[in-house]
Amino acid sequence: MSRATSSLPRTIAAHAILITYTIIALFPVIIIVINSFKARNAIFRMPLQPPTQETFSLIGYQTVINQGNFFLYFQNSLIVTVVSIALVLVFGAMAAFALSEYRFRGNTLMGLYLALGIMIPIRLGTVSILELMVASGLVNTLTSLILVYTAQGLPLAVFILSEFMKQVSDDLKNAGRIDGLSEYRIFFRLVLPLVRPAMATVAVFTMIPIWNDLWFPLILAPAEATKTVTLGAQMFIGQYVTNWNAVLSALSLAILPVLILYFFFSRQLIRGITAGAVK
Amino acid sequence: MTTKTAKTRPVRWHIAVFLAPAVLIYTAVMILPLFGTLQLSLFRVENNASAFVGLDNFHTLFGDPRWAASFWNALKNNVWFFIIHMLVQNPIGILLAALLSHPKLRFSTFYRTAIFIPTILSFVIVGFAWKLILSPLWGIAPDMLNMIGLKSLFAPWLGQERYALTALSLISVWQFIGIPMMLIYAALLSIPDEIIEAAECDGITGAAQFWKIKLPLILPSIGIISILTFVGNFNAFDLIYTTQGALAGPNYSTDILGTFMFRTFFGFQLQVGDRNMGAAIASVMFFIILAGVCLYLFGIQRRLRRYQF
Repeated sequence: MSRATSSLPRTIAAHAILITYTIIALFPVIIIVINSFKARNAIFRMPLQPPTQETFSLIGYQTVINQGNFFLYFQNSLIVTVVSIALVLVFGAMAAFALSEYRFRGNTLMGLYLALGIMIPIRLGTVSILELMVASGLVNTLTSLILVYTAQGLPLAVFILSEFMKQVSDDLKNAGRIDGLSEYRIFFRLVLPLVRPAMATVAVFTMIPIWNDLWFPLILAPAEATKTVTLGAQMFIGQYVTNWNAVLSALSLAILPVLILYFFFSRQLIRGITAGAVK
Repeated sequence: MTTKTAKTRPVRWHIAVFLAPAVLIYTAVMILPLFGTLQLSLFRVENNASAFVGLDNFHTLFGDPRWAASFWNALKNNVWFFIIHMLVQNPIGILLAALLSHPKLRFSTFYRTAIFIPTILSFVIVGFAWKLILSPLWGIAPDMLNMIGLKSLFAPWLGQERYALTALSLISVWQFIGIPMMLIYAALLSIPDEIIEAAECDGITGAAQFWKIKLPLILPSIGIISILTFVGNFNAFDLIYTTQGALAGPNYSTDILGTFMFRTFFGFQLQVGDRNMGAAIASVMFFIILAGVCLYLFGIQRRLRRYQF
């Protein structure tokens, strides 16, 4: 498909803006990572230089590996995040479909009720949540975190997904009904594939606050066996504030797993978006 | 609540089935505890017993000069925090999305992935990374300004009352720009080719095409990102907490509602934690956000036209 819009100066300008912003976005991360591989005095003398043969050092990483339990933390974070996202996506899409597709008494009210959760940080209810988890014996389990994060992610998922589901053509759904599909099949076979870009977007947005949360791991699951990466990194940095090698290495190690997870999801995200199913 | 029936039709159980899991988890883990908090704000601990005091806590919050000064300071800072996000984060996010959504742009996956990376990092990482970079001790920021000959502009921004809040807002913008970018990007991609082609047949291309065709079509998404920004900003807490601590220094100049609530709720240093006053502040935050969201839902969203393709 040829387009009248692509002229050379315009393309160059677009790339210039995007490259500039990409540098702004990546610069701090790169600084942290390259300095984590340097010896202490090189960190201070030449912070902008990549490690050379003389300045290369893994001392920070050695400290982190010897002190922390990062692989276990990583596994915990991964379990919590993946299970929560799955629950948020399935339950959220189901509720969004019910709200955007059917007219029933209390529809608007239910929509507002679910949207309430976007407005209020779930943290405001921490004391009661802790009581609930103590009562049900879920303290220091990953289940407690999964429950909290699912509840936290649902409102936004329902809100975004129902916006997108409103755009799915009625003719298509009605055609499905005429062909005798049940409502469940219409949802799972027709509507879900069409909102995949939105689902991928919701997945990424749900993932970020869950993976990065410090609050609930600290309060609900601070035990060594259930610590998440963020909590582990925070505690480690708190202990080693003046040891720059160790702090930079811990930061780099905390960045790495999120990056991997993100690249995994972003492929889904890109596939979902470029499938362009809504078109 | 979840079983809805229409008078003329049989019970439509599928609606209940679709809604039930989300509503149950959400109600049990989120709504009930939140009401617990609202309830707390109406009580006060006296003589080791919790007593119902009605709106007394709110009277203290707005009436007592010390409490009121802290509250208005936090609210004012929070509004500034929000304004910077609306003026910097969202326009840049839309611009980046508009550039990225160009179908012939090369490396667009790379750009999109790279620009989104700050958004996936935790506050612990972002806060610490920027603290190190802006630190006069390490000297990265002064060195870089030196390279472009602007060294005189350097100041320990995070440590000065005048700049700290703006600096933190911009760090937060840096971190979260990926969210408006992604949402707008998805919205732009879902505009059908036929509409764009029709516009091109009519000779509308380039910037005019963006303003006249695409922008009206993505207005609902812009509405969503505005309200998400509002809610996110008035709930913000972590970045300030990880960089400036619960005291939101220097001299409370970066104190926003989230940190104010946290300090009151859990106490800090010499201050003893007061669950009931903390809950009162939480309730005020709740009502501010509720007002903003209602304004959006009833004042703005209703007027947006939605197109089915």
